[in-house]
Amino acid sequence: MNVQEMEAVIGLEIHVEMNTETKIFCGCRTAFGAETNTQVCPICLGLPGHKPVLNQKAVEWHAKAALALNCEIAPYVQFDRKNYFYADLPKGYQISQFFYPMGINGHVDIEVNGETRRIRIRQIHLEEDTGKLLHMGNITASPSSLVDFNRAGVPLLEIVTQPDVRNAEEARLFLQKLRTIIQYTGVSDCKMEEGSMRCDANVSVRPKGSDILGQKTELKNMNSFRAVTRGIDYEIPRQIDLVLDGEEVIPQTRHWDEAKGVTRAMRTKYLATDYRCFPDPNVPPFKNDPAWVEEIRQSLPELPDARYARLVKEDGLPPYDAEVITASKAMADFYDQTVALVKEPKTVSNWLMGEVGRCLNTAGKEIQETALTPKHLAELLGLVKKGVITGKIAKDVMDEMFRSGQDPETIVKEKGLVQIADQSELDPVIDRVIQANPKVVEDFHAGKDRALGFLVGQVMKETRGKANPQMLNELLRRKLQG
Amino acid sequence: MLNDARIGRLHELLESRQISAEELITAVLERISTLETTLNAFITITPEQALADAQTVDASIARGEAIGPLAGIPVALKDNICTEGVRTTCGSRMLEHYVPPFSAVAYERLRQAGAVLVGKSNMDEFATGTTNKNSFFGATANPWSPDHIPGGSSGASAASVAARQVCLSIGSDAGGSVRVPAAHCGVVGLKPTYGLIPTDGLAECAPSLEHLGPLTLDVTGCALALQVLTAGEDYTAYLGRDIRGLRIGIPQEYLEQADPQVRSLFDSAVQMLTGLGAEVEETSLPHTQSAPASYFTISAAEAFSNLSNFDGVRFGHRAEARHLHEMYRKTRTEGFGPDLRRRLIFGTLALSADHYEEYYLNAQKIRTLVCRDFDQAFSKFDLLLTPTVPTPPPAASLGQDELEMRLQGRYAMPANLAGIPALSLPIGFAGELPVGLQLLAPSLGEGTLLSAAYALEQLVGFYRHASKI
Repeated sequence: MNVQEMEAVIGLEIHVEMNTETKIFCGCRTAFGAETNTQVCPICLGLPGHKPVLNQKAVEWHAKAALALNCEIAPYVQFDRKNYFYADLPKGYQISQFFYPMGINGHVDIEVNGETRRIRIRQIHLEEDTGKLLHMGNITASPSSLVDFNRAGVPLLEIVTQPDVRNAEEARLFLQKLRTIIQYTGVSDCKMEEGSMRCDANVSVRPKGSDILGQKTELKNMNSFRAVTRGIDYEIPRQIDLVLDGEEVIPQTRHWDEAKGVTRAMRTKYLATDYRCFPDPNVPPFKNDPAWVEEIRQSLPELPDARYARLVKEDGLPPYDAEVITASKAMADFYDQTVALVKEPKTVSNWLMGEVGRCLNTAGKEIQETALTPKHLAELLGLVKKGVITGKIAKDVMDEMFRSGQDPETIVKEKGLVQIADQSELDPVIDRVIQANPKVVEDFHAGKDRALGFLVGQVMKETRGKANPQMLNELLRRKLQG
Repeated sequence: MLNDARIGRLHELLESRQISAEELITAVLERISTLETTLNAFITITPEQALADAQTVDASIARGEAIGPLAGIPVALKDNICTEGVRTTCGSRMLEHYVPPFSAVAYERLRQAGAVLVGKSNMDEFATGTTNKNSFFGATANPWSPDHIPGGSSGASAASVAARQVCLSIGSDAGGSVRVPAAHCGVVGLKPTYGLIPTDGLAECAPSLEHLGPLTLDVTGCALALQVLTAGEDYTAYLGRDIRGLRIGIPQEYLEQADPQVRSLFDSAVQMLTGLGAEVEETSLPHTQSAPASYFTISAAEAFSNLSNFDGVRFGHRAEARHLHEMYRKTRTEGFGPDLRRRLIFGTLALSADHYEEYYLNAQKIRTLVCRDFDQAFSKFDLLLTPTVPTPPPAASLGQDELEMRLQGRYAMPANLAGIPALSLPIGFAGELPVGLQLLAPSLGEGTLLSAAYALEQLVGFYRHASKI
């Protein structure tokens, strides 16, 4: 057997922190980045006598995310306790949905090399996050462990896929699609770098065509899409090599070391931990009313796939444009609102993908975090269309709008950027340039194309880019040939 | 003043200004300090706060304001009920120095009503036991005979009411822990419908079984306390009602192991009820025998998990150790007593992957069958009547016989599994020791319980007897 005859089988477990104002079982805030242990109370600290009260919003959002991922909503839902000792787990157990999760049998479709691949979702359940251990430097060198319980009790969705993923690229595409869908629902911001989205991967290998699963390892600590890709890309050949060498894959948890680019064994899983799950006697189970489920379904926004299809079909955007625009809900909303004002989908898309995208990249921001509004972008495009400013000037105006949030007309007025499309204004400038560059004029007559471009550039320089390009070209050519 | 320490009577004396709250609390504090060497009913006494609270009530009376029935009434809380700023130990070394940062809802309601906390009652460690001998702070004696146990786990709560150290005690009841000691100490103990009194702030072991309930000298006091604790209706409206035509069932399974003295007192109480016009009939609750096994399994399983927060990290006892796992192990070995540890280990086993179905799941199935027994019975009867405990209070020296002692709760446990309300009423003496009768009603049937218990109390009048001590 050789490498080509082997395939990987990958299942993903994704944790997504919800954006709810308050925690899952108490009224403590969930804001990221607060002073340690300031967003805590007897409930999320697990003090004697505490009684959890389920956050209704978290349940609604859970249903929302599950429906957006094409899941069924189970008719009966129960919260269970998963028992284990760890210093970041205040109660000694985590409340989760073990026996009766709410979202089941979903899927996400991804495009791989022009083909649609369906990644099935086994379940999506709601649970509470743990606290966070803090160490001075590395864990073994630190003189003590400190615990921050601000995160303890933040509502967490755990999304478990079927082992349908075959390689790192599919994993990345799935995660990106998943993130987009969840961001569309507003349930989470899914920021991997802030830990509001975390991904573990269960990886095993087997001969192609086999339906037996090999021994798996669980990869942890992959804190970015890139890390997930790299981690899986490291782990698959490692396992294949072992198998081809006749060795065994040890079932274990492996830690992705970002700096070294390797996975390392953390603990061996021969003895599966017994979490002694049983129904939580403090949190009553509940039944879902189909009318409620329908209400949640109605509250879902237009999801990425549907939006993509609409942009291609109704707005006539190229598939690539539609994909880029719909990758973020904020961007797609911005697009829709701008198109509603200027009715030129492709122009809007060009601008969003071009100039706006450039500004966003430079600033390292998402569109909803900037001062730019659809109304201003529409006005800017209107100014270009009416010939008030040139396309080149429009780019400068965009920079300014992006920075200050001012409307384009004010910027154009204040900076005197109005296009020169008046022949009587352009003529003297052109004449001056022709006179000053006899050598270039000669080159032009000698048939050198670059010469015309140079002269255009000189006029633009003198008019600070405000000359109407078509008019300038035409006048210049006429004068030179006349 | 304390010879007749019924809440209703003391309320009248306070309201008519024949006594002041301060006088009452002073008398109670004196009585506590006199009797504590014999009884050991308190883990913590709060005299300064109690006197200050009493003065507040007196000031209110002096201003001519109307006072509620619990205003100025001395109260003890079982020491697993959290009291902000007042040590709450659960009878355990684990929490020997623990002062909670918040109060139980039940305590907040009592305070709002003007009740005066005088101390925290001794108890079996984390409410595991029916003897009140399983306390890190020593055993509590039965006020009718100090050589006998008061029952448990709210043994000290019952004892302090019987001994007139307080007029109201709040206990907790997961498997008879209010009713068993109520019976053994000759007071009224109520376990209301599951959830009727919020258990927020109760440091409990088994949340699916656990209830809070009042212990009082008489049924009227019980009704007055219940109204405050539930923030609910006026339960005294059920007192003095005619019980003619009330359909009462006697489940035969509850009489099989009853001691002859208990049985004969029970029979005479049944006759009194018949005399009052109730329609009494024998009935059967076939799964009664299996209830204790179900109770012990579920309560141990829940305790295993519910006490996992005692890891020495954030509060309570922390052992010196070289590393984290040793710290967990030593903290819990030192902090928890042997009986509790045994229960926790059983719970760990009952939930383990290999034994989950055999123990935990079967226990839950039995629980369902017990609930169905009651559903069927209550389709025919308004009330069920049983002895509260099969025997009179055992001698304290017998405490070693763990299992026999534990089965004192066997008649009480089914009501915890089903969550239905149950009340223990003292009905007489076996020798010098009190004996109780248990009334059971369907969920939210507290009114029926109270009216029947009150009718019987009018004939028995047990509260007129004073404990020996």
